[in-house]
Amino acid sequence: MWSCRRLTGENMLELGQLFKNIYLWGENLFTQWGIPLFWLELLGMLVVAVIILAFMSLSVLFLVWWERKVSGHMQSRFGPMRTGWHGWLQTIIDAIKLILKEDTTPETADKIGFLIAPIIVFVSAFMAYICIPFGKGLIVKDLNIGILYILAITTFTVIGLLTAGWCSNNKFSVLGGFRSAAQIISYEVPLTLSILGVVILSQTLSMQSIVNSQKHIWEWYIFRQPVGFLIYIVAAIAEINRVPFDIPEAEQELVAGFNIEYSGMKFAMFFFAEFANLFLVSAIATTLFLGGWNGPILPSWIWFFIKSFFLVFVIMWFKWTFPRLRVDQLMGFAWKFLLPLAFINLILTGLLA
Amino acid sequence: MNQEISEIYTEEFFVNMGPQHPSTHGVLRLLLKMDGEVVLDMVPHVGYLHRSMEKIAENRTYYQYIPYTDRIDYVSAMFCNQAFCMAMEKLANVPVPERAEYIRIIMVELNRIASHLIWLGTFSLDLGAITPFLYCFREREKILDLFEMVCGQRMTFNYMRVGGVSRDITPEFVPMTKEFVNYFLPRVDEYEDILTQNPIFLSRTKGVGLLDQKTAIENGVTGPSLRGTGLKWDLRKDEPYSVYDKFNFDIPTGENSDVWDRYMVRIQEMRESAKIVQQALEKIPEGPIKTKTAAVFKPPAGEVYVRIEAPRGEMGFYIVSDGSPKPYRVKIRTGSFSNLTVLPIISRGWKIADLVAIFGSLDVVLPEVDR
Repeated sequence: MWSCRRLTGENMLELGQLFKNIYLWGENLFTQWGIPLFWLELLGMLVVAVIILAFMSLSVLFLVWWERKVSGHMQSRFGPMRTGWHGWLQTIIDAIKLILKEDTTPETADKIGFLIAPIIVFVSAFMAYICIPFGKGLIVKDLNIGILYILAITTFTVIGLLTAGWCSNNKFSVLGGFRSAAQIISYEVPLTLSILGVVILSQTLSMQSIVNSQKHIWEWYIFRQPVGFLIYIVAAIAEINRVPFDIPEAEQELVAGFNIEYSGMKFAMFFFAEFANLFLVSAIATTLFLGGWNGPILPSWIWFFIKSFFLVFVIMWFKWTFPRLRVDQLMGFAWKFLLPLAFINLILTGLLA
Repeated sequence: MNQEISEIYTEEFFVNMGPQHPSTHGVLRLLLKMDGEVVLDMVPHVGYLHRSMEKIAENRTYYQYIPYTDRIDYVSAMFCNQAFCMAMEKLANVPVPERAEYIRIIMVELNRIASHLIWLGTFSLDLGAITPFLYCFREREKILDLFEMVCGQRMTFNYMRVGGVSRDITPEFVPMTKEFVNYFLPRVDEYEDILTQNPIFLSRTKGVGLLDQKTAIENGVTGPSLRGTGLKWDLRKDEPYSVYDKFNFDIPTGENSDVWDRYMVRIQEMRESAKIVQQALEKIPEGPIKTKTAAVFKPPAGEVYVRIEAPRGEMGFYIVSDGSPKPYRVKIRTGSFSNLTVLPIISRGWKIADLVAIFGSLDVVLPEVDR
C-alpha cells in the first residue's frame, strides 16, 4: 500500500527529487483514498508557501547575523558575541524585541496607507521567490516568463516605499520616499537591459531554462556577458537601497528615510523585506550569470547557496567600504553612464549572438 | 498639456534639521529653507548647550576654573587647559619649566591627533562610510590610554596647572608613545587608502562647499578650515608660543578650498603632529615640571589675551583681573563658533547631502560653540 511507483533511485540529496517523491507518494495516497487530486495540489501550494516563508525567515535571520559579523570583522571588532555561540541568537532576540515593542502610529499619519505600506513591500519580496530555481527541480513554479515576472513583482516595492513615506506625514520620510521612487525607477531600466542580454543569448525567459543553458562553466553568462553582470550588480544594489546607493534611508541626511515613523512589527517588515531582497538579487544574479545551481559533485541546491551567499558577501563588502553617493550624482550615474553602457552591451550582444 | 504643467504649484518648505539629528554633531539646530533637495537658505540656531562658562568663571577662583575649561571642547580638552593656564601665566608672569613645556606639547599634539581622528570618523560617517569611523576610534583608544597613564583621565584631563603640569610623565610613557607614533603613521595611510582616492568620496567632496579666502578671513575662520583655502596661517609658526619654535614641522595647506582640501589638511596635520611628538620625545629635558605658585592665586590687576592653535582654530582666553582671587571677566574665543558662521554662506545652493558634508568638513564641536 505504501509502495511508491515511479520512485526514482537518483541522488536523494537532491532536495528537488525529495519533494518530487513526497508529492508522488501523496498522489498514490490520494488515489487510493479516492480524493480528487485537486485537493492535493491545493495542499501542496499551501505547504510550499509555508516552506518559502520559513525559508525566507531563516535566511533573513541568518543574513542579519551575518551582516553584523561581516561588518564587525571588517571593522576590527567581533560583532554580536554574547547571545549564543558567536552571537547566533542575536537576530532571534532582536526579532522578539521588535514583536513585543509598542507599535506606534503617528496621529497625523494616514492610518490605512501607513498600515498597508510595509505589507506591500513585504509581499513583493515574498512573491518574487516563487520563480527562483533553488536547485535541480527545486522551483515553486517555473513560469515561462519567469524573469519578467520577477522584475514586475519586485517593482511593487517602490509603491510600498512611496506609500510609507507619504502616509507617515513627515517631511523627512516624504523626502526618503521620493528619493527611493526616483532611484528604483531609474535603476530598473539598466537592470532590465542588462538582463535582456542574457535573455537574448539563452532565448528564453524561464528561469529553469536559463540555468539549463549554462551546464558548463564556460557557458556561464558572466563570461559571455561580463559588462551585463557588472551593470546588473550595480543596478541591483541601487534597487535594494544599499550603500553606496542607500540614499532613501541616508541616516546622516534623512535620519532614517521613509521608515522613520515606523516601529515594532511594521518596522520589522521593512527590515525583513530589505534582507529578503538582498538575498533575492543575489539569487537572480546567480541564476542568470553564475550558472545557477549547476556545479560538480555537491548537490545542486548547495551550489546555489554557495554562489548566492558569496554574492551577498560581496554586496555587504561594498556596504562597509564605500561612502554614499549624492542624490543627483546617483541619477546622473544611472542615466548618463549605466543606461548608455547597457544599450551598447545589448546591441553588441544582439549583433554577435 | 503645457497649460496643465504651468499650473503645478511648487513652494519652498522649511525643515528643522536638529537639534536631535545624527549629523549635526550634537545639538545644533539648522532651520533650512528647502526647494526640494536644494538648500536655499538656512539659519543655524545655537545655544542648546549653553552652560554660562564665562559667567561661572567670575564666581570661581582661577584654580577652580581649570576643570571647567575641560568642558569647553571635550574632544580636545588639553588645548583649553593649555590656553587658560598660559593666560594666567602671562597675567602673573609665572615662568614655566622647560620640561613642563615639552610635556604640554606632547600632550597637546597627541590630543590634536585624537581630535582629528574623531573628526575623520564622524566626517566619513556623514558621507555614509561607516568603517573608517571604527578605525579612527581604534587608534584614538590608544591615545586615550596614554592620557590615562599620565593624568588618570581619558577625556576631561584637568592636567595643566599654572606654571606647569600636575604630574610628571611615567617612565613607560616615553617608549609607549614612541611605539604609538610608529604604529600610527601607517594607519594614516590606511585611512587614505579607504577614502582619499575613492571615486565616490571624490565626487562628494571635490569642488563642494567652496570657501574663498576673503569670506573666510572676514568671518574669522581659523584653523584647518582656513588653511584649506590656501592661507598658511598657523599660530604655532606665526606666533610661536611654548617651545614650538624648536620643532621642525610643516603647515599643510589646500588649494581649491573645498571639502576635500579641508579633509586633506587635517590628514596631513595628523602626520605633522606625530612628527612633533616624535621630536619632543627625543628632546625632552630633565628638570622640574612645575613652578611653585601660591596656594591662592592672586594675579595683579590687568587684562590679558592669549591665543593658541587648537584643532578647530584659534582658541583664545581674554581675562580681566581686578587683583582678587577670582577673575573679573573671562571671554573665551573658540574656533568652532567662528567657523560655524560661514556655514550658511558656503552651503547655500547645495543639496542637503552636501550640507552634511560641508558641515562635517568645518569640524564644529557644539559645546565649544555654546560654551
